[in-house]
Amino acid sequence: MNFKQSTTAAYIFLAPALSAIFVFFFLPVIAAFIISFTDFDIYTLGDISTLRFIGIKNYIQLFDDPLFFTALKNTFYFVIMAGPLSIAVSLGAALLLNSKLVKFKSIFRLSYFIPVVTTLVAVAIVWRFIYHPRFGIINYLISLFSIAPIDWLGETSTAMPAIVLMSIWKNFGYNMIIFVAGLQNIPEDLYEAASIEGASGWQKFKSITIPMLAPTTVFISIITMIGYFQLFAEPYIMTQGGPLNSTLSIVQFMYQEGFKWWNMGYSASIAFVLFFIIMIGTIIQLKFQKNTE
Amino acid sequence: MIKKIILYGFLTITSIITLIPFIWMLGASFMFDGKASVFPPIFLPDPFTLVQYQTLFQRLNVSQNFFNSLFLSISVTIVSLFFNSMAGYAFAKYRFGGKKFLFNLLLSSMIIPSQVTMLPLFIMLKYMGFINTYMAIIIPGMANIFGIFLIRQYCLAIPDSLIEAARIDGATDFQIYRKVILPLAIPILVTLAIFSFMGTWNDFLWPLIALTDDSMYTLPVSLANLMLEHTKDPELMMAGSVVTIIPVIIVFLVLQKYYIKGIMMGSVKE
Repeated sequence: MNFKQSTTAAYIFLAPALSAIFVFFFLPVIAAFIISFTDFDIYTLGDISTLRFIGIKNYIQLFDDPLFFTALKNTFYFVIMAGPLSIAVSLGAALLLNSKLVKFKSIFRLSYFIPVVTTLVAVAIVWRFIYHPRFGIINYLISLFSIAPIDWLGETSTAMPAIVLMSIWKNFGYNMIIFVAGLQNIPEDLYEAASIEGASGWQKFKSITIPMLAPTTVFISIITMIGYFQLFAEPYIMTQGGPLNSTLSIVQFMYQEGFKWWNMGYSASIAFVLFFIIMIGTIIQLKFQKNTE
Repeated sequence: MIKKIILYGFLTITSIITLIPFIWMLGASFMFDGKASVFPPIFLPDPFTLVQYQTLFQRLNVSQNFFNSLFLSISVTIVSLFFNSMAGYAFAKYRFGGKKFLFNLLLSSMIIPSQVTMLPLFIMLKYMGFINTYMAIIIPGMANIFGIFLIRQYCLAIPDSLIEAARIDGATDFQIYRKVILPLAIPILVTLAIFSFMGTWNDFLWPLIALTDDSMYTLPVSLANLMLEHTKDPELMMAGSVVTIIPVIIVFLVLQKYYIKGIMMGSVKE
């Protein structure tokens, strides 16, 4: 088969998937970029001729909008707290499961992993009741230590930490699996050599495990960061963004502006700022990886 | 020995803590109204009742939402398996102009958050008359980049000699895909099927936007709506959560080997 025949055959195989991706993914991305420079609203939805280009006005308005900065701050808080914590929990669980002393690994792995596959909306509802100020399990647990009940989701100071805790519980199993795979790829003889030279467990962890896991860790931090910046369902179900917007996330802000108030031009500019933040975050982490190599 | 006991103790306790929300959910879903709102919390229903499930299916018509979720998850899975496997195979086993460019374009666009596409997609599907229909969910799910990569990764390991042999026997390109590649790729197809099924079943934001009638809602959207009306009915809401979660748990438990493999493969660096 020559190159020309091969190209024709390949494009026939690619056509369905690529046309779907171009029409329903790339085209909307480009359209969103254009819409973010217009005043697209509910009237435009009915009559496209009312559409006006307004330059970067949406972006200017965005940086004057205190609600946007609230959403930005909350989302960063969530990513910075939940990201590293969930990765640490994942690594801890992976190390435990990788220990040679442990049998029945699959049972423990299964119970750590179950939250990952379950429907986010459903478990967010369960956690809403777990955080219930009068009857919730969490308040029962802290009452055993004589701590007074806390209205977790009703106070501005505790609502976001409560969502962080729930998200760690929901997600750590996923990264745990990737860490286990990474740990199994570390050659056994490295540890043996270190043992012969009298290295302690901690020394081995610090100078073999951590460096050998670095590529895995970078991969995990990138996908975790991308996922966490898209925070939406947890606050939508548990707090509706409250109290006093203390859990309003960027995506929820975008959703409200776009699909509740139909300020679609404005909403598109929010989506692009989110995209930009995720892109910068990814580039920084990739740079970081290059530097450590 | 002591080390071992501590290790097992720790693993057991943390496993139980991880599962507690589900245990409470299951217990409360079998309680009468008001029985789950007690302090300290109880986990076992006494007396046991199915009244919450009856309310869900008879009065609140959740069976329609269950059907929507099931139908959409299966449809998206079948269509996307077909589209992704063809594209993944082409990327793995064909030489063609623009291959590198297309591949890198797809790879780098994986960081674009799907929320960016939602506004134009909504407008587009509205003009096409697809908002609030099953098509609104199926169309954007027809192909996905991660799926294409997963298939490609797997197909790279299939020896070229098998394909060449089939070609010498006179097989057409499509026959090779159908008769040689697909049977060999069954493990990765199962993996991808689980990802698609669960992804569609669990999805929330897009169905929330694209489906506007109670009778069209998927389970998560319906559940979220119910939550706003029944904030004070934990027993009913727990039954709703159980109904939503059970199918994905079953799929996962039966096929977990494939699912775990898929996660590990997805993390392989290029």
